[in-house]
Amino acid sequence: MNSPSPSSVVILRFSLGLVLGVLIVSSVLTGCDRSNSVATDPRGTKALSLLNVSYDPTRELYAEVNRQFSAHWRATTGQEVSIRMSHGGSGKQARAVIDGLEADVVTLALAYDIDSIALHSGLIAPDWQHRFPHNSAPYTSTIVFLVRKGNPKGIKDWGDLVKPDVAVITPNPKSSGGARWNYLAAWGYVLKRELGDLKKLREPKPAEDVANAQLKARQFLTELFRRVPVLDSGARGATMTFVQRGIGDVLLSWENEAFLAVHELGKDQIEIIVPSISILAEPSVAVVDTVVDRRGTRQVAEAYLQYLYSPAGQAAAAQHFYRPRDASAVPVELLRRFPKLELFTVDEAFGGWQKAQREHFDDGGVFDAISKPRLSEP
Amino acid sequence: MLIGGGVPSALTGFSASSAVTAERPVVRWALIGVAIVFLGLFLVIPLIAVFLQAFEKGIAAYFRALLDPDTQSAVRLTLLVAAVAVPLNTVFGVVAAWAITKFEFAGKNALITLIDLPFSISPVVAGLVFVFLFGRQGWLGPWLEAHGVRVIFAVPGMVLATVFVTFPFVARELIPLMKAQGTEEEEAARLLGASGWQTFWRVTLPNIKWGLLYGIVLCNGRAMGEFGAVSVVSGHVRGQTNTIPLHVEILYNEYNVAAAFAVASLLATLALATLALKSLLEWKVARQLAETDAKP
Amino acid sequence: MRLALKRHGVLPGFGLTLGLTLSYLSVVVLLPLTALLLKAARADLGQLWGAVSDPRVVASYRLSFGASLAGALVNAVFGLVVAWVLVRYTFPGKRLLDALVDLPFAMPTAVSGITLTTLYAPNGWIGKWFANAGIPVAYTPLGVTVALIFTGLPFVVRTVQPAIADLEAEVEEAAASLGASRWQTFWRVILPSILPALLTGFALAFARGLGEYGSVVFISGNMPMKTEIAPLLIVTKLEQYDMVGACAIALVMLGVSFLFLLAINGLQWWSRRYAMS
Repeated sequence: MNSPSPSSVVILRFSLGLVLGVLIVSSVLTGCDRSNSVATDPRGTKALSLLNVSYDPTRELYAEVNRQFSAHWRATTGQEVSIRMSHGGSGKQARAVIDGLEADVVTLALAYDIDSIALHSGLIAPDWQHRFPHNSAPYTSTIVFLVRKGNPKGIKDWGDLVKPDVAVITPNPKSSGGARWNYLAAWGYVLKRELGDLKKLREPKPAEDVANAQLKARQFLTELFRRVPVLDSGARGATMTFVQRGIGDVLLSWENEAFLAVHELGKDQIEIIVPSISILAEPSVAVVDTVVDRRGTRQVAEAYLQYLYSPAGQAAAAQHFYRPRDASAVPVELLRRFPKLELFTVDEAFGGWQKAQREHFDDGGVFDAISKPRLSEP
Repeated sequence: MLIGGGVPSALTGFSASSAVTAERPVVRWALIGVAIVFLGLFLVIPLIAVFLQAFEKGIAAYFRALLDPDTQSAVRLTLLVAAVAVPLNTVFGVVAAWAITKFEFAGKNALITLIDLPFSISPVVAGLVFVFLFGRQGWLGPWLEAHGVRVIFAVPGMVLATVFVTFPFVARELIPLMKAQGTEEEEAARLLGASGWQTFWRVTLPNIKWGLLYGIVLCNGRAMGEFGAVSVVSGHVRGQTNTIPLHVEILYNEYNVAAAFAVASLLATLALATLALKSLLEWKVARQLAETDAKP
Repeated sequence: MRLALKRHGVLPGFGLTLGLTLSYLSVVVLLPLTALLLKAARADLGQLWGAVSDPRVVASYRLSFGASLAGALVNAVFGLVVAWVLVRYTFPGKRLLDALVDLPFAMPTAVSGITLTTLYAPNGWIGKWFANAGIPVAYTPLGVTVALIFTGLPFVVRTVQPAIADLEAEVEEAAASLGASRWQTFWRVILPSILPALLTGFALAFARGLGEYGSVVFISGNMPMKTEIAPLLIVTKLEQYDMVGACAIALVMLGVSFLFLLAINGLQWWSRRYAMS
């Protein structure tokens, strides 16, 4: 006969310990939780909190802006405000807000993502882009190249990306906002090269030229994506692949991301190449109307976004490698870091984000079509 | 007589000395070699890599990363989530295993398959179903919003997703074990006049304790390490809805590789500590058993 | 040997335990899954079919299934060796290795993914050797398989270990005394009795591999038609606000893994009966 007593004593002690542990831990934690929620309770007269839902590369920028704005708000109103951050891929973040993440403000990579929140949930008024100056985009950026130190493949401009032995790293345009800017920048470069002036896109006359240019652009992008060995889902992942894993000869990247990568990951490994022409990337901001009205935070939320346009906000943006809209109050040595290049907008080259998204990135769009020929390859 | 299934190897009657049931030394060492190389490639080297990268910037940086307030709050949230999910699924596992292995009924195979299901469901889908259920545009979303209850992108949602993902672990561990053990010991206890509880407590529990403990260890490991499902329902609010795995991702994305691996090493250490505890318990029980056997 | 004696009525708690099991199962698993089905039911059938039959989606199923199968097979073979070695032999460092088998459970999948990518990338410790031999690992289907071997390994080892420990010495001794070689004993006596456990482990590793996301996305390279796994496509669809598409792919994966698990459970039942008769 088995004699279970000694082992069941052990198991009994163990389960007793487990239960006790669970009790202690959970009571301690709920205690912590409660104190937390009191501190951030929006109904409290003194303590205000905002949730800023943003995309990946803005972490450093908003860490700084939040610190400054809290001090600014305390000085002007006497109220404490704590700003909480959520970062992730731009599309994923927009999706989270649509599904109920209680963001007071959104600061995303593309106007398209904020449009989507307005369209799919009605949490943001459709005219959000007119609420703040410059299409509600307080800072801009562009797309540049990162290459290995010394530029061994001699990459100078977009045309060099399709040289036979070049491997290009970009994230997936389906999932990454930055990658969509990359793609559109390359497309716009070909249009400009073929047409000489993007204004011709609007003119009805040389319709054949335009069609031809669009075809050339499509061929260029097909060639370009043939040279992409890894498609990460987000901009940061792509930077890691290029720098840490040593894959690829050139990384297409946000300008601010590229500066940061050189700064954080080593000047001795990589360098920035600025192409002749690129796209004007306008990361957009908006107040989430329904949420701020419910939580009573509209005033502070609007002041927060407005602060981005103030001299201090613009300087902070420049400090973190975003191009300021209003350079007047920004120290010259910060401005000097931004190279001059020709920039075109999404509206000029593609007739707005909605159209660009539908034609190029939605399922069955151009990007799907150009990534398909891979089927026939071995 | 041996106690059932998940017996530690030290307790089995086997020893390599029994000539007829042992392999030739060449074969034995070849097999050991294969196992070591395989585990080395897939487990040991990755583990070493985690710790090497964690200490890349030195010990001070390592502890700075662990003492960071955001890390602390991630640790607290992870413990909270596990503290709810693990006991729930442990009770369920024992109950389900009892029903399935001690009785015959129609549809048993289907039931077992349903229990296994969360396991083969992609974590991403696991998170997604809760969005469909509790999201603003989900089934219960509007009602919840009207009543000011937040489930998704808050702690309750993360707990639910974790419960879902770790659902089968304990049950899955116990079912084969209890099936192998059959029911005659329990039946004997009942015939000798033990009550249902006594039978479970005195006969079943000692027989399944290793399987149970192991199931709890697995469930706990997965609960603390779950990434995909929790990531979908978390909202990633720094210092509030980040668990350890999510915090690791954040640090990694901030180019802070050393800190990311430092925090990751917490979970690896925790796993090693739990497993050390498990070995210790095994050894202790083995000794106690030996002592009891020695007495008449 | 034990008798397969099952009698109703002697053991208590049938109603209670089965009732609890069913209700908990319903609340935690079935209710959320119903939400998924409802979402799909509201969509138009053509749209659903369009989403699941898109060549890019089909290619991702192929990769997900192929890599999971390959990973589970590798684990079945090497996991068996590992389990055997850990149960039957003694050697220095055995305890440590035994404990380490659980590592893939405890590591957050994202950490495993990042670590494996670091190691198996062309400039990584292990990837270097493979790259020199002309076999790239990271960012190829092989890399996906490597990640799935990592996540699936404990399932096989931990299911097979108790089965090996439970083998009765007398049976092997009897086989040996009847003149069977060690290999014959293994093939004819040992393997059949641990086969159900091995199959279970294989099925679990396979099923886990199908849905695996965190550890795979980093090492896979995510190239459409080539190294894009099905769960990644679900995420991508979601980020494009294509709930129906995400739902459709999720349903296909769910259905297939359900059928697969059902088949394996049936198979186990059958082999148990077979072994008893």
